Amino acid sequence: MYKVAVIGDTASVSGFAALGLSVFRETEPEKISKLISKLAASDFAVIYITEPAAAMVSDTINKYRSSKLPSIVLIPAIEGNTGDGMRALHQAVEKAVGSDILN
Amino acid sequence: MARLNVNPTRMELSKLKKKLVSAKRGHKLLKDKRDELMRQFMGLIKENRQLRAEVEEGIKEANRYMAVAGSVMQREVLETALMLPKQEVELEVGEKNVMSVYIPEFQPKFRTDNTNDIYSYGTAFTSIDLDGAVSALSSIFPKMIRLAEIEKACQLMADEIEKTRRRVNALEHIMIPDYEDTIKFITMKLSENERSTTTSLMKVKDMVLKQSHNYH
Repeated sequence: MYKVAVIGDTASVSGFAALGLSVFRETEPEKISKLISKLAASDFAVIYITEPAAAMVSDTINKYRSSKLPSIVLIPAIEGNTGDGMRALHQAVEKAVGSDILN
Repeated sequence: MARLNVNPTRMELSKLKKKLVSAKRGHKLLKDKRDELMRQFMGLIKENRQLRAEVEEGIKEANRYMAVAGSVMQREVLETALMLPKQEVELEVGEKNVMSVYIPEFQPKFRTDNTNDIYSYGTAFTSIDLDGAVSALSSIFPKMIRLAEIEKACQLMADEIEKTRRRVNALEHIMIPDYEDTIKFITMKLSENERSTTTSLMKVKDMVLKQSHNYH
């Protein structure tokens, strides 16, 4: 059985604890990066991470882009939506098609 | 016009012809694979985009509630309320094969079936906005799981499409023309050799005839 993790600042991720997800309140790049590697190595299949937190560790996240698990998904933080999640989608289209045809 | 560095012999010629046939066959297969992957990818990406918009909207709503809850309740109280969840989620991970891209499938399993178990606190000391935040998150959660699944699928398929496209292009623009040029070169060389043998034989015949019978 696999588990689901949520990473981000306290205000943005606390609510997920009620749903029974594993919540990690981290805001420092090195710690987040280490945490992601640790979670990926153990039995976490999905990692939700807030957009500001993801922006700090984009290298680590890109490392797991082409592996089957875990699936790392960006979610908006409490301050609002930065559009990074959508941007990643556009990048995937650009990679596959050759140009961004989503508009 | 680039030809391979091989000896112009019949042996090489037949080898190259066989290679050309399989290169053409591989090219056709890979092209079909690329087209089908692309078709499926476009469908997925549309769903992905819509789902992401919905999930972002849902989380925004939950965050709105959470911000209000955070402002009317003490931080410690809020933290304590969410500290010991009643509900627990585990995922069953399956696998689906789409044109030899293995994409994961997630099936959430909840510890309890009771939908009220997402509220891990008594209602006496917490704001109603916290209930709103938790219920908003809970209603968007199935879509979040689907989003995780589909986003991974899109990433993996984008990688595979890129790889396949490179292979198709390499076959189409480099390998197949190279083979064709080399085959042409060997054929020319062989027929040239043949002609030269014929002419020298004719010459020798002339010389022999001249010697033995004094023909002109």
